[in-house]
Amino acid sequence: MSDTTRREILQKIAAAALAGPIGVAAAQEVHEAVAASGAYTPKALTAHEFTTLKKLCERIIPGASKGGAAEFIDLLASQNRELAAIYTGGLGWMDHAMQRESNATFLAASPEKATALLDRIAYRDKATPELAAGVRFFAWARRMTVDAYYTSPAGIRELGYLGNKGMSEFKVPQEAIDYAVKRSGLV
Amino acid sequence: MFQIIRSRPVADVVVIGSGAGGGTVTKVLADLGVNVALLEAGPMLSPAKDFKEHMWPYQVPHRGSGEGGASYFGRGRPFGWFSAHAGGWQLEGEPYTSAESSNFMWFRSRIVGGRTNHYGRISLRFADYDFKPHTRDGVGTDWPISYQDIAPYYDKVEAFIGVTGSKEGIRSAPDGIFQPCPPPRVHEVLIQKASGKLNIPCIPARLAVITRPTNGRVPCHYCGQCGRGCVTASNYSSSQVQIFPALKTGRVKLITNAMARELITDDTGKVTAISYVDKTTRSEKQIRCRAVVLAASSCESARLLLNSRSPRYSNGLANSSGHLGRNLTDSVGFGLGGQVPALKGLQRHDSDGMGGGHLYMPWWLWDKKLDFPRGYHIELGGGYGMPGVGSFDSVSAQHEGYGESLKRAIYDDYGTHVRFAGRGEMVPNSDTYCDIDPDVVDKWGIPALRFHFRWSDAELKQAEHMEQTFTALIETMGGTVTQPLEPVPDKISTGGEIIHEVGTARMGDDPSSSVLNRYCQAHDAKNLFVADAAPFVSNPDKNPTLTICALAWRTAEYVAEEMRKGNV
Repeated sequence: MSDTTRREILQKIAAAALAGPIGVAAAQEVHEAVAASGAYTPKALTAHEFTTLKKLCERIIPGASKGGAAEFIDLLASQNRELAAIYTGGLGWMDHAMQRESNATFLAASPEKATALLDRIAYRDKATPELAAGVRFFAWARRMTVDAYYTSPAGIRELGYLGNKGMSEFKVPQEAIDYAVKRSGLV
Repeated sequence: MFQIIRSRPVADVVVIGSGAGGGTVTKVLADLGVNVALLEAGPMLSPAKDFKEHMWPYQVPHRGSGEGGASYFGRGRPFGWFSAHAGGWQLEGEPYTSAESSNFMWFRSRIVGGRTNHYGRISLRFADYDFKPHTRDGVGTDWPISYQDIAPYYDKVEAFIGVTGSKEGIRSAPDGIFQPCPPPRVHEVLIQKASGKLNIPCIPARLAVITRPTNGRVPCHYCGQCGRGCVTASNYSSSQVQIFPALKTGRVKLITNAMARELITDDTGKVTAISYVDKTTRSEKQIRCRAVVLAASSCESARLLLNSRSPRYSNGLANSSGHLGRNLTDSVGFGLGGQVPALKGLQRHDSDGMGGGHLYMPWWLWDKKLDFPRGYHIELGGGYGMPGVGSFDSVSAQHEGYGESLKRAIYDDYGTHVRFAGRGEMVPNSDTYCDIDPDVVDKWGIPALRFHFRWSDAELKQAEHMEQTFTALIETMGGTVTQPLEPVPDKISTGGEIIHEVGTARMGDDPSSSVLNRYCQAHDAKNLFVADAAPFVSNPDKNPTLTICALAWRTAEYVAEEMRKGNV
């Protein structure tokens, strides 16, 4: 492809992108700046619930706060009563379970105690029936924390997604093909 | 009472609907010097504003899950929040119904370009034998035309819109005028090797995506987001490729937000005007015409004709055969996913490419005797797609625990999945059709469609065959089957779900068993034509859009010629 055509394409893409995309790195700076400033005011959850959720998300995915996981969940919950009930109910369940056991909220509990509770609701294969509500809630929190983190600049970078760029010619690295073919045994 | 505003004749031809059929007719007629009024039920498309190409999920607070996290509750936008359609399975105030014991889904996109703004761009010619199904296996009905009749129009369409592909000489997948297809992605190389072991051909994809400069359009930039709409118009959409250029000829008057209500006929049975609702003002308007071309989509065109009753046409316009709304089919759909360990630990790279597989498998058993008639083709998925809400649902659903082990599982999972989707031919049956529901009207008072739908054994057996094939492909790659893509109890898609509804005003030489003649002209009203998928006599295992365009091109040339001769 000639350089002129290539330049034209890239110009078109740049023009198209004007309204929207900024680079992953720049976007991450914005995200982190917002997070650091503590500017977010919870819309659906109480301050205690929101802080509890932040701790939970961070335990599920270390770094989740960089991905704005709690903010994502709170915002959606503010638009959806069904979702709000899942989170207020789930966080309440966790606090109650924690209180019964160690006379502290999930937030105030020692790391060991918090881990012990999480370990009882994060493994579906080992969970006992009386923990069903907690297990169900944890599954919601896990799924949505994963979504929030891996759709954030930090998560996308961590995954190593390299696309969403203009390319003038589509190429596949030969080493990548060789690696997979060799491992598949399909020669 | 409505005030009915009659306008003077504004055009030689009124075209209703701006999708693949309407866009093609408008372009061809305008090029031939015919004045066209194009009615579209939705608004004008603005690619810069409406398309979400290149947007990252974090640029919207809900990340693509929709307001209130709709996708978590099965209420998200079909095909994802970023998809370019302006519609869905349900439109507010525009109901349709399914008859008892039937279930049918109807996808509508109300905007200039219709469903071509977001569709999969798969562009497959019907094979020669597809036009003579009854002759070949005794089931269904032959088309009044043959492959030779339509081949020149496939040529014209492919050359104009641009289609990727390669010359293969496979009878079930006739070659066309192709642009080079980009190379296969890593998982596609594995699939191709596995299919080779199973003696299934796996060839470069035939997508309406340009890889070379074409008619002033720049080539694909390989961002993988065709479904979001292409701001560089490097894939085919009737809006950008046909209608916008046609508007520049000065011969096309585009009337948006115009919902057609009925066709008005005179004493001789000819269509004299189209009555429509101007949605912006909710007023009733009429536009007069010399000829009308319906391209509102197969079912919407049938609805319009069924609703155009008069003393002469008490059964609906162009329905003396009683076949209007009959012979409805959708493609047979079945999907299966698998995880392939050979892809684990692969070096990360940009695998976006075109928006769709770079390879596909045409039907390969067309000359074999099986326990079902007809066949299917296979579409491929996989690679490092842009992460989105739900990308790791399978990990979240299966992984026990949290923290670093969860992160590791997600990192290892990313890019290791492959997906196969079969799209097969359904044989028309007498229990599958649409008619007018006498009890339901839309918000403008237009009677709504009611769907009757039944898969026969032929389709169920075909879907079983798909499952066996996909399982064999996944296992040959050393992978394991994860779960069906479209988890339905019967392991077959719901009627309408594949969005290949065709056949409701079929063409034929015998006016007693067909609605249209071999030029897609109504037997009953000679200035009435249909240019969407309603004229299809069968629904081969090739997605309909390319054939809609080819037939529409042919119909438009015929309309212009008949007008020139004074016959219309």
